Amino acid sequence: MIVEKDETIPVRTSEDVVRVRREVRERAVALGFGLVDQTKLVTAASEIARNTLDYGGGGELRIECLRDGNRRGLRLSFSDRGPGIPDIERAMTDGYTTGGGLGLGLSGAKRLSSDFAIRSSPGQGTVVILARWK
Amino acid sequence: MANKADTIISTLITRSRKPLLDEWLARQATMAGSGAIAADGDVKEYCTRFLAELDTGLAAGEVGDIRGAGWSGMRELLEEVSRSRAGKGFTPSETASFVFSLKAPLFALVQREAGDNAARLADELQSATTLLDTLGLYTVEVFQKAREEVIARQQEEMLELSTPVVRLWEGIVAVPLIGTLDSNRTQVVMENLLQEIVSAGAQIAIIDITGVPTVDTLVAQHLLKTVSAARLMGADCIISGIRPQIAQTIVHLGVDLSVTSKASMSGALELALKRIGKAVVERKARPAAEVS
Repeated sequence: MIVEKDETIPVRTSEDVVRVRREVRERAVALGFGLVDQTKLVTAASEIARNTLDYGGGGELRIECLRDGNRRGLRLSFSDRGPGIPDIERAMTDGYTTGGGLGLGLSGAKRLSSDFAIRSSPGQGTVVILARWK
Repeated sequence: MANKADTIISTLITRSRKPLLDEWLARQATMAGSGAIAADGDVKEYCTRFLAELDTGLAAGEVGDIRGAGWSGMRELLEEVSRSRAGKGFTPSETASFVFSLKAPLFALVQREAGDNAARLADELQSATTLLDTLGLYTVEVFQKAREEVIARQQEEMLELSTPVVRLWEGIVAVPLIGTLDSNRTQVVMENLLQEIVSAGAQIAIIDITGVPTVDTLVAQHLLKTVSAARLMGADCIISGIRPQIAQTIVHLGVDLSVTSKASMSGALELALKRIGKAVVERKARPAAEVS
């Protein structure tokens, strides 16, 4: 697997979340993603970006354009240095939220992605990596 | 160090204010891009007041910190200059140059006064330059603040503009949503919609999301809240403009959007008319003679 392009953008304000959506959509269009794939990936990115901002206190997003043989994909890595998630399994449960949301952001983003990984430990921050292949 | 140099500048400004003023005005007139500055008829008045306020500020003995009470007149003056120049289309540098252009004539005077005493000269110049820099930067700050106020006002206006509620029919209102739905905008949309439901006596409200590029859980939550609020006021909501890719995404997200929804605005209008007991029917073809 080859990383063709690698960029990092900040996720510190709610305007940054808007920018994340725009950048991810642009990359997805450039890679030739269809409308449904674009929308799924952008929506997943929007969910995780907002989590990074609201729960992680801000962080950054690394966008990588991938090529694996004939497949092309986008990998998004969101990282923050916030309080972390004490119980990931519970956080991934539909409807569970510690804020005022619907509790579907993390689990929904996982369903919208081809690959999904989350690493977090209390006090160390959180890293969410998601990828979608064309 | 500051106090000693300070007294000298203060003495200079009191004693040689007239030549300093003339020199300063001459300098501003010859400066690059001075067309606009020369056209600023108030420049002489501003300079005169600036020197007077400088005198007052220095007399109060507060150097290096222009936030003190002794500088309140100076701050007012600089705010006035900055706002007036911003309004006339000056750039921030042109605005700040009003203060910075005083450096050359003032330093020349200080140099003459200090004579051969190099240490004293250095001290005084240091002190004078710090003060003028602070004052110059203050004009830039005010300039920027004025700009930010304009942007904030425009944002508010846009918020109002971008969320119109329209009456489609007796008892049917619609709100076309466009762009990013953040919490601020949704709040405005909800308020406008609920207000219009009351004033139009609407039974049906159509929320059209054709122009919303991404529907994530936050947007979905905002929509559901708006629908619940409208329902409490006795109006039924129909969400229209759900495109295929949005529908698939909402299903994957797992959001239960248990609201009547339609793919298009026209579908929603048709349904709304049916609910209030109206129908759009095709008109019977008129006899040819009647067509004018």
